[in-house]
Amino acid sequence: MFFIPFWLLHFSSVTANVITVLPSPNAIAKAIAESSPGDTIIIHSGTYREGNLKINHSLTILGKGLPVIDGQHKVEMLSISAHHTTIKGLRFINSGKSNSDDLAAIKLYSTKHVTIQDNEFDNNFFCIYLLNSDSCTITGNDIKGYAVNEQSSGNGIHLWKCQHAVIKDNTVSGHRDGIYFEFVTDSRIEKNKSFSNIRYGLHFMFSDRNAYSNNRFYHNGAGVAVMYSKNIHMTGNTFDLNRGSAAYGLLLKDITDSRIISNRFEYNSIGIYMEGSNRIIVSGNNFHNNGWAVRILSNCESNEIVRNNFTANSFDVSTNGPASSNTFHNNYWDKYEGYDLNRDLAGDIPYRPVSLYALLMERIPFALILYRSFVVTIFERMEKIAPAITPVDLFDNQPRMKPWKL
Amino acid sequence: MLKIIKYVLLDIVRSRTIIGYTVFLMLATWGMFMLESNPSKSMLSLINILLIVIPLVSIIFSTIHFYNSYEFMELMLAQPVKRSTVFAGSYAGAALALCMAFIIGTGIPLVTFDSSGAAIALLISGILITLIFVSIAYLCAALSRDKAKGTGIAILSWFFFAIIYDSLLLFILFLFADYPIEKFLLALTFFNPVDLVRLILLLKMDVAALMGMTGAVYSQLLGSVNGMLIAGLVSIIWILWPFALAMRIFKRKDI
Repeated sequence: MFFIPFWLLHFSSVTANVITVLPSPNAIAKAIAESSPGDTIIIHSGTYREGNLKINHSLTILGKGLPVIDGQHKVEMLSISAHHTTIKGLRFINSGKSNSDDLAAIKLYSTKHVTIQDNEFDNNFFCIYLLNSDSCTITGNDIKGYAVNEQSSGNGIHLWKCQHAVIKDNTVSGHRDGIYFEFVTDSRIEKNKSFSNIRYGLHFMFSDRNAYSNNRFYHNGAGVAVMYSKNIHMTGNTFDLNRGSAAYGLLLKDITDSRIISNRFEYNSIGIYMEGSNRIIVSGNNFHNNGWAVRILSNCESNEIVRNNFTANSFDVSTNGPASSNTFHNNYWDKYEGYDLNRDLAGDIPYRPVSLYALLMERIPFALILYRSFVVTIFERMEKIAPAITPVDLFDNQPRMKPWKL
Repeated sequence: MLKIIKYVLLDIVRSRTIIGYTVFLMLATWGMFMLESNPSKSMLSLINILLIVIPLVSIIFSTIHFYNSYEFMELMLAQPVKRSTVFAGSYAGAALALCMAFIIGTGIPLVTFDSSGAAIALLISGILITLIFVSIAYLCAALSRDKAKGTGIAILSWFFFAIIYDSLLLFILFLFADYPIEKFLLALTFFNPVDLVRLILLLKMDVAALMGMTGAVYSQLLGSVNGMLIAGLVSIIWILWPFALAMRIFKRKDI
């Protein structure tokens, strides 16, 4: 009895068939029906309009010359509920739109070890949709949408209740959220590009223990949002050009025990916005040319903002209350005007990153119109010399004299 | 007219004040960029010079120049030359001299250290504000024959535009913070040339923050090229109207 599984495995590997599909009515559906588990289906170039295709046993589906799977604005093209399935080199266009069914180009239903690789997606509602799946890989896909508003658009890559997913080298644009995570754990997001999405480039909800690194998120409606999650590692990403009244490079809401390391925040309205977030380490990041580099609400506790560069931001730090239990330490602030007598590269007098005017603008936002006026400059100077309004305990004790090389 | 400009210009350059001004601007700009490794920080200091020193020098220098060249103008008017030609020639000479001083003094060091968009905006705003304050100076001088009085009005108007006006705006801002006064406040900034120029710089240097404002007024009007254009156009109006008014007064004046 013990030998049978090995023998079966051996047998199946020898007899795995390769089925070739050429454009003709229902060609792919027929090929799937004829195939047995472990077979490979090679689809040749052409346009296939076959409605919904269901994959219930493990298959490898390869496209040759980028065949087009057209959903004709009606259906979900591929529904996969088999483990160990690979989809590679196909082009999916025009999926149906439905908010009640969340129609997608490819949807995975409770599967394991599925790979979706090097496909193209154009003008779909949702593109890659993973439901309750484990150890799936999504790499090298090129996803493009034409979303107009949040209500009538879906997400590029959507994961719900998944574990151990790897999302790598994808390009997502023009959807509601570029990449969306809800109840996803232990997953990695690497080297993706997510831009020009209506809402967020990347959106995390209730997803613990994930890491995303070396991605670029730009020109998104509201930047990147990480919400209600723990143990998130954010490393080496670039957040830029997210501008607007509710746009953030990175929005953190109720995040705990996470790390934000070696990222770049450039030309955002707000670099990092923190709300109800605790024990986060923000280190080695570059904040350049943002409206507000960091906006940290007073319900954030025990965060450490250390060894970052703050350059050419309109405002370095802003907060909405007097108390602060967050640590600012050894950052480079280009607005710092202190001296360093013992030449240890740490300034001898503390730097207060929250300026008087930044505080004023928390109350009266349109006060910005008078920013950089001579009168305002005088007020700011006076406040710097004798702080009366700015938070007393929010300061950098050892501001760095020279920028960190990051 | 060209001849008048030429004589006025030669006269101004010979007076050495303008050379002193050029050297001051040059030293200040070089100094700021040499002492500070971070160009964006030097830009901030330059903005303060731009909003305070340049208007002051422009307005006082032009007023005094106007009074000093009174005899020259009288002599010119004895010739078959139109009053408007003499007046415009004198204005152009003074404006040209001050603009050249600014371009040589600040422009050259600025462009060598930092040729970003903000630097270009700074340069253009510098020229605009010089022209505006020469116009205002000529208006002040045309208003009164008395040199002391004219210079007094000039200094006062500088003080008003550079400091008092913004203080008033700040006061209004605090007083009516609970009311929707965004548009009103924005409109008020257009009535002060210093604010106008500051707005141009703000649009270039703090776009990200401006775009982050709630309220469509700012993002529509200011978050784009439009804002720059509008502010630029209004500053040109600010050059033209004091000049035109001064010319009118000068034409009808009993000299």
